[in-house]
Amino acid sequence: MNSSLVIKDLCISIGDRPIVKSLNLEVPKGEVHAIMGLNGSGKSTLAKAIAGHPDYNITSGSVLLDRVEILGMEADERSRKGLFLAFQYPNEVPGVSNANFIRAALQSRLGEGEELEAVAFYERLYEKMDLLEIRREFTARSVNEGFSGGEKKRNEILQMAMLEPSYAVLDETDSGLDIDALKIVATGVNTLRGPNLGVLLITHYQRLLNYIVPDHVHVMMDGRIVKSGGKELALELDERGYDWVKAEEAALA
Amino acid sequence: MSDQTDTILTADYSESTEATESARVAPEPSEDSAPGSLLTTPVSHAGEGTAAWLDQRRAQAWAEFQSLDMPARTEQSWRFTSLGKVNLDSYHAPQPVSAAVREQLIARSVGNSRTAGRMVFANDSLLDRRLHTQALLSTGVIWKPLDAAFRDHADLLERHFMSRETVLGSRKFAALHAARVENGTFLFVPKNVEVALPLETFHWLSGPDSAVFPHTLIVAEAGSKVTLVDYLGSERDDQAGFACAVNDLVVGEGAKVTYVCVQDWSNQAVSFQINSTTVGRDAAALSLHLNLGASYARLESLSRLVGAGGRSDMLAATVADESQEFDQRTLQDHLEPHTTSDLLYKNALAEASKTIFAGLIRVEAQAQHTDAYQKVRNLMLSDEAEANSMPGLEIMADEVRCTHGATSGHIDAEELFYLLARGIDRKTAQELVVQGFLSEVIERLQNDAVTPRLAAVLAAKFARMKRRRKGV
Repeated sequence: MNSSLVIKDLCISIGDRPIVKSLNLEVPKGEVHAIMGLNGSGKSTLAKAIAGHPDYNITSGSVLLDRVEILGMEADERSRKGLFLAFQYPNEVPGVSNANFIRAALQSRLGEGEELEAVAFYERLYEKMDLLEIRREFTARSVNEGFSGGEKKRNEILQMAMLEPSYAVLDETDSGLDIDALKIVATGVNTLRGPNLGVLLITHYQRLLNYIVPDHVHVMMDGRIVKSGGKELALELDERGYDWVKAEEAALA
Repeated sequence: MSDQTDTILTADYSESTEATESARVAPEPSEDSAPGSLLTTPVSHAGEGTAAWLDQRRAQAWAEFQSLDMPARTEQSWRFTSLGKVNLDSYHAPQPVSAAVREQLIARSVGNSRTAGRMVFANDSLLDRRLHTQALLSTGVIWKPLDAAFRDHADLLERHFMSRETVLGSRKFAALHAARVENGTFLFVPKNVEVALPLETFHWLSGPDSAVFPHTLIVAEAGSKVTLVDYLGSERDDQAGFACAVNDLVVGEGAKVTYVCVQDWSNQAVSFQINSTTVGRDAAALSLHLNLGASYARLESLSRLVGAGGRSDMLAATVADESQEFDQRTLQDHLEPHTTSDLLYKNALAEASKTIFAGLIRVEAQAQHTDAYQKVRNLMLSDEAEANSMPGLEIMADEVRCTHGATSGHIDAEELFYLLARGIDRKTAQELVVQGFLSEVIERLQNDAVTPRLAAVLAAKFARMKRRRKGV
């Protein structure tokens, strides 16, 4: 409880339409949890709402980061508190170089009057870029502008590596990746994995979980977690699809 | 008076350029204007060794100024202008700055790290002139304060000084400039001489309600190449004043001139900038205006493409806040075939600021195979801000490629969320987006010797906006 991301009875609407319905989940630091589910089950809504996207209306519930309620906070404050969202569709920021963008993000974590040390910044940046096989020219290129799908996703993990969050929500980070890019992204995440990081991995393919092996797997359906299990649950979903989970749930209801 | 106009030169610079400051006859104060007011007859320069043509030009200009009415909003070229912001009554000829202010302004005249030379003016008097590339003048380049050039190069000045009619609305103000101009930069680059590093000029406005008339004249002969940066700034952030600047570029056959102007007067000042660029055969002119200061800033920019193969790039980046108004009027005038003009103006508008863009592309019948582009982008940062765009075309030739477009938009909400989600606060995120938005303009310079300073001046404007919001 003390060191975890706790989602309690969370209800999220878009306009008047309820999307996430009384969802409960706990991701302790040091663990990787995967949420699997079909399109439209509310996975991405959950991810964006946790990060503070203004279009999602949280009607009840709470989200605690190491016991601190974050739902009243603006998106930037949540980030500075240690939450990271890897976007499913990372945005372009024309004219702002990748290096300046990451620098501004790190600078926002410093106090008034403190300046980021440039040489150390670039050393660290290059080290992480090497890990993710991102070429140096990407420091000077505008954020995500003209990046391929794989480059955008690697860039998300680069930001995560630089910002060192306590909790990271990876929203369909595997979508649009070929196998090589997927392996690179997975290597990045696995390198960051450790006792100081909790990961919530959102995906609808089991494939990613071969490379980032989760501690727990949850199935999301119609805005709720309907089944939880170990990593073998992912394989079962891959083999049997989602219908049996639906049937099981219907039987319980 | 003379100690305020000393010229400081590098040791081995021997050319005589001391600004002469002989006694001048003060005019009789007229009945309805205070002494030194812009509305009284200017001090005569007769007897100072200036040529008769110049005295005559000044007298004619003064007569023209007096005969012309102040602009009216009913005129097309003043449509949308808040003319209430333009009132000449309260301004007067400036006092020379004190020794202390002079030292301070010289210290503040920080440009790019590597330049060929720098001149510093305050209230139209030369404070400092330093040449960093000693070989420059041996190539025949003339780089002088305008008052010295009037004396030493009367032939060139008579030919090129304000030789173009002002066609974009500010005839009265151009006349005022011609009647009252004291100083500025005269830069002449002889045939096939390339000046590798940029030259820089600083103009400071000091004292309450002072009026200055900065002048820049660049004459680049065939095959030459040069870059000049003008910085316009106020001694104090909160000081009202009036600046009426003229910059004329004459680009000879195959020559390349880059002109950058950083307009950073105090937000209380009123600013006019009247530009005329003449581009010869196979020549290239590139002008970039970074517009940051003044309560009302009018920029009139005229590119005349008078030789086949000529090209003019007209660039501007503007950051408007408070109730600043930037009034931009342009003309891309194609007189010969196979000429190109490419205009890109980008405005970021915060708070209750306002911009006006009126731009005309004119292609004369003989100017076949013209490429003319005009693009205006307004980034609206506030619901109170107002952007007016009036693009126009007058195409008499039939084989032309011509596009123009003006659009206004807000910061994309998803893009903003992306920045916020990385911990960047809303104001800083907005600043980054604006910097990114304007970078397209600045990158068009492709000149690493000049761009770092532009980024720094831009950052300083953002810092000022931030401080003001915090009430510091």
